[in-house]
Amino acid sequence: MTNSYLAPTVGVTAIPLREVLPWLIFAGLICLLGVYFVGAEQGATAIFKGMYIHEFVHDSRHLLGFPCH
Amino acid sequence: MTTGSLLWRGMIVGFVAAILSFGLLKTVGEPAVDRAIAFETAMDEAKAKAEHDAAVAKGENPPAVEQEEELVSRPVQGGIGLFTGVTVYNVAFGGLFALAFAILYGRMGDYSPRASAALIAISGFIAVYVVPILKYPANPPSVGNPDTIGLRTAIYFGMLLLSLASMIAAWNVRNRLVDQLGAWDATLVGGAVYLVAVVAFALAMPPLNEVPDGFPAVVLWQFRMASLGAQAIMWTVLGLGFGVWVERVLAPVKQGRLRTA
Ligand SMILES: [Zn+2]
Repeated sequence: MTNSYLAPTVGVTAIPLREVLPWLIFAGLICLLGVYFVGAEQGATAIFKGMYIHEFVHDSRHLLGFPCH
Repeated sequence: MTTGSLLWRGMIVGFVAAILSFGLLKTVGEPAVDRAIAFETAMDEAKAKAEHDAAVAKGENPPAVEQEEELVSRPVQGGIGLFTGVTVYNVAFGGLFALAFAILYGRMGDYSPRASAALIAISGFIAVYVVPILKYPANPPSVGNPDTIGLRTAIYFGMLLLSLASMIAAWNVRNRLVDQLGAWDATLVGGAVYLVAVVAFALAMPPLNEVPDGFPAVVLWQFRMASLGAQAIMWTVLGLGFGVWVERVLAPVKQGRLRTA
């Protein structure tokens, strides 16, 4: 019986970084922006004016561990 | 297997994590938020009453009562607002997780897709959530001074980045030593590197305590446990769910070989 769970497997091929890079930049930026809007927008910094986004995601901001009011 | 196909899988798994997280936060987290807001309201009312009485005693006109305008109602904040925030966060982390996997798979060691995903998830959970909140714990409404939000945001994200950098450094140390020391001892050294680094950073970063006097400890505990639970759900679902899904796609040949072994 081969234990395949955490044992290293031979011949794992990495994805070429050249292929990853464009995804990393564009999708990575969009994902970080999503985290930013939930975690910090209209708090310490703001892209949009007002408090609506802050108030709307307010409970998740607190519960996900971000600093809030 | 392209990065794009990893990405959408990560985001779908993130959405599953969001639904489970929301279930926990709605049932365990929201009652703590409501009790914290009730405490805040009671404190504000007591303060306003004290100011009013003091002004009357001195024979002055009492200060006008400030009415705080509610931009978003509490049911919306605790319902669709919470769901939206948790979903955006979990789906975004699913995407970031997939991107991290695309870079690290085959580079962090000779691990299968499933094992790689599990190791990234446990490392990410510790580095991105557990260690930062051990220094700067999650706080319910009414804990925290609005004037210090800039500082608090900066030191929270600062701690998070230092912790993440330490985790990456620890993995590099571990992988560099693995031929020399063997997997077990190299992992112990890597773990020690991470631990020493984050303890040093945590001691160097400024302390923070904005819990008001008289705030119920049980509410604080319940709130923080809900927060921890939601993050544990997210990283577990990402690590295991994404791992199993990608294992099927990335390593079908290997599985066939193992089955006959
Ligand atoms: Zn708040």
